[in-house]
Amino acid sequence: MAYFRSHVLVSVDPVCVEKGAYDLIDTLQDEIVKQGLVDEVQVLETSRIGNPETEGIDLMVYPEAVHYTNLSLDDVPFLVEEHFLKGRVAEQYIRETKKFLDEELNAPRTKEVRIILKNIGEIDPLNIEDYIARDGYMALGKVLTEMTPEEIIQEVLDSGLRGRGGAGFPTGLKWRFIRNANGDQKFMICNADEGDPGAFANRRVLEGDPHSVIEGMIIGAYASGASQGYIYCRAEYPIAVRTMKIAIEQARNFGLLGDDILGSGFSFDLEVRMGAGAFVCGEETALMASIEGQRGEPRPRPPFPAQKGLWEKPSNINNVETYANVPQIILNGAEWFASLGYKKSTGTKTFSMAGDVKNTGLIEVPFGITLREIIYDVGGGIKEDKKFKAVQTGGPMGGCLPESLLDLHMDYEALAEAGSILGSGGLVVMDEDTCMVDIARFFMDFTQDESCGKCTPCRVGTRRILEILTRICEGKGKPGDIDTLRYLCDEINENSLCGLGKGAPNPVKSTLEHFLDEYEAHIYEKRCPAKVCKSLIRFEIIDGLCTGCTLCARNCPVDAISGERRQTHVIDPDICIKCGICEQLCPYDAIEIK
Amino acid sequence: MATEVKEGQDIRKIVRTLVQNHGDEKAELIPILQEINREMGYISDEAIKELGERMNLPSSHIYSVATFYRMLSTEPRGRHVIQFCESAPCHVAGGRLVWQRLLRELGLEKGETRQDNKWTLLTTSCLGLCGVGPVMIIDNDIYGNVTPEQVPGILSNYE
Repeated sequence: MAYFRSHVLVSVDPVCVEKGAYDLIDTLQDEIVKQGLVDEVQVLETSRIGNPETEGIDLMVYPEAVHYTNLSLDDVPFLVEEHFLKGRVAEQYIRETKKFLDEELNAPRTKEVRIILKNIGEIDPLNIEDYIARDGYMALGKVLTEMTPEEIIQEVLDSGLRGRGGAGFPTGLKWRFIRNANGDQKFMICNADEGDPGAFANRRVLEGDPHSVIEGMIIGAYASGASQGYIYCRAEYPIAVRTMKIAIEQARNFGLLGDDILGSGFSFDLEVRMGAGAFVCGEETALMASIEGQRGEPRPRPPFPAQKGLWEKPSNINNVETYANVPQIILNGAEWFASLGYKKSTGTKTFSMAGDVKNTGLIEVPFGITLREIIYDVGGGIKEDKKFKAVQTGGPMGGCLPESLLDLHMDYEALAEAGSILGSGGLVVMDEDTCMVDIARFFMDFTQDESCGKCTPCRVGTRRILEILTRICEGKGKPGDIDTLRYLCDEINENSLCGLGKGAPNPVKSTLEHFLDEYEAHIYEKRCPAKVCKSLIRFEIIDGLCTGCTLCARNCPVDAISGERRQTHVIDPDICIKCGICEQLCPYDAIEIK
Repeated sequence: MATEVKEGQDIRKIVRTLVQNHGDEKAELIPILQEINREMGYISDEAIKELGERMNLPSSHIYSVATFYRMLSTEPRGRHVIQFCESAPCHVAGGRLVWQRLLRELGLEKGETRQDNKWTLLTTSCLGLCGVGPVMIIDNDIYGNVTPEQVPGILSNYE
């Protein structure tokens, strides 16, 4: 086969043909002959690559993936001379790409390493050319032409890549399982049901760099022998769903999805499936049930999805971020990937930082970084320079870690040991004004609401815990509550069917372990140390600070505040609903919470 | 009543068209229910019955699916639907006070629809907009960094 240095792809869809695409191809070829480049530059026809609204014709030059647009015949001699003879990109014909504005993604900070997020904000996610220009689909080309499926699996195994959805199962091993499973049809599924409150890394990848996920999935499908794929995206992410659909369509038009991908004989296609608002569908067996059109309820494993998954066929499920790592591993090698990270957790991890931290948003750091580095160096510290109290990692099934654990190296094992999880990388930072019992109650409210109800320990157990925590927050806690909570936590963890139930007690367990004094203050002293729990606090006006400006009295929704102008006001505790408006409004800080 | 018959015909027409577009594979059930929910505001008994016939599925199965997912409603909703993010990051960022203000301004509790049919107040699971919490969505408009003081102003944007 002849080897060409450059390949010129000219768009010959009906619109471009109408505009004279074939004449342009002729002129190009004449010009290439004239410059003596016949053996070096090849002209090919392709389907639509650009915006058909422009007057002229579009072409792409590979391998550098330069997209020239709006060309007329007169431009050709100059273009050929500049680009192919002199090797300079003819800037004037390059289409301006719309940069994606992004407030959530700050410029990388020290200690950040961006693999997953490298393209986000740099490319137009709605244009496949932008992705291709940054080495996109190069890994796919490499695996289809140079690697056997077994070699791919070995490469992914060697890289040490583990499931970024939180469980941390080695990705290569998963792929080997499904490759070795018997079945006429196999499925590749992307779990984009990022339901953990506080986690939005997957959303940003889907919206900002959709093709990295698609490419990872195609490589995975080739390695494992899957012919059909599904991206299961939660309905709370409408923009991600739209972006993925557009990206899939573009990949299909480029011959990167569908039959006979890049002429390799390998066929694979993708479809987006939308969730309908059920947290438990992030669990793999529930997710598959939902794709099938059922209630999204988990089922016991085994059989594992690699044996019996979607429609009882061998299926592989990986998280968005896991797939997005794959092309980079193929391009840069397993060794490079394994050199990043810490112990058994290689590569980087994205964390979605939220709560009382100065720089909220998405970050990507190598495994092994400490929580303190993340919160203070990357996150900029606590808002209003208050005191740090706790950080909750890994979403609603994660634990709350106190200051003493801030020097923990972040990896799958260390977090599990500390009673939390890595989960999908949510980090909720809490300052000194947070009541840990209230937070535990809050997470339990979430899990008891999201429990699908199929198995009893989770359905009933989470509700019982919630009732006890609510009682404690209302000042009705009683001796023995703490023991009952501990008992329930263990029972639910041991006897629940899926990860939701098993992880549900973590927030309670970890707060009981690290913040027991707060529970005790609520139960025995009827006091909320953080002054959050309404039933345990009262608002009082401090004599001496109050100027009698009447602002609070005028704004009190229940008229609980009385007093003459310029005289100290008084709050009637029997009427007060503790809404806190007076405290927020008072210009003299004369209102105290007791 | 005459109007009800007309409504019934409309529902059947919507359902029929959707099944035609999506096909009657069981895997299409959730996408179809989502569209019914969007077009009609909720999934009525009549829609369930018609859909069952078209897709050859028992009504009980459709009902069990429709009631499983939070975004599907089998109850009518108000003209404007408020979805308040009740997730931890929004809660920590001051969502509790915004939520209390919402309850007071609307005179509703979670999940209720006001008598004049103007508002339905719901909570939603995390919208992934945690960087700008507290967050709420009214119909399709997203509001971030909401403070309790902004609530009346935001609500007054809706007729």
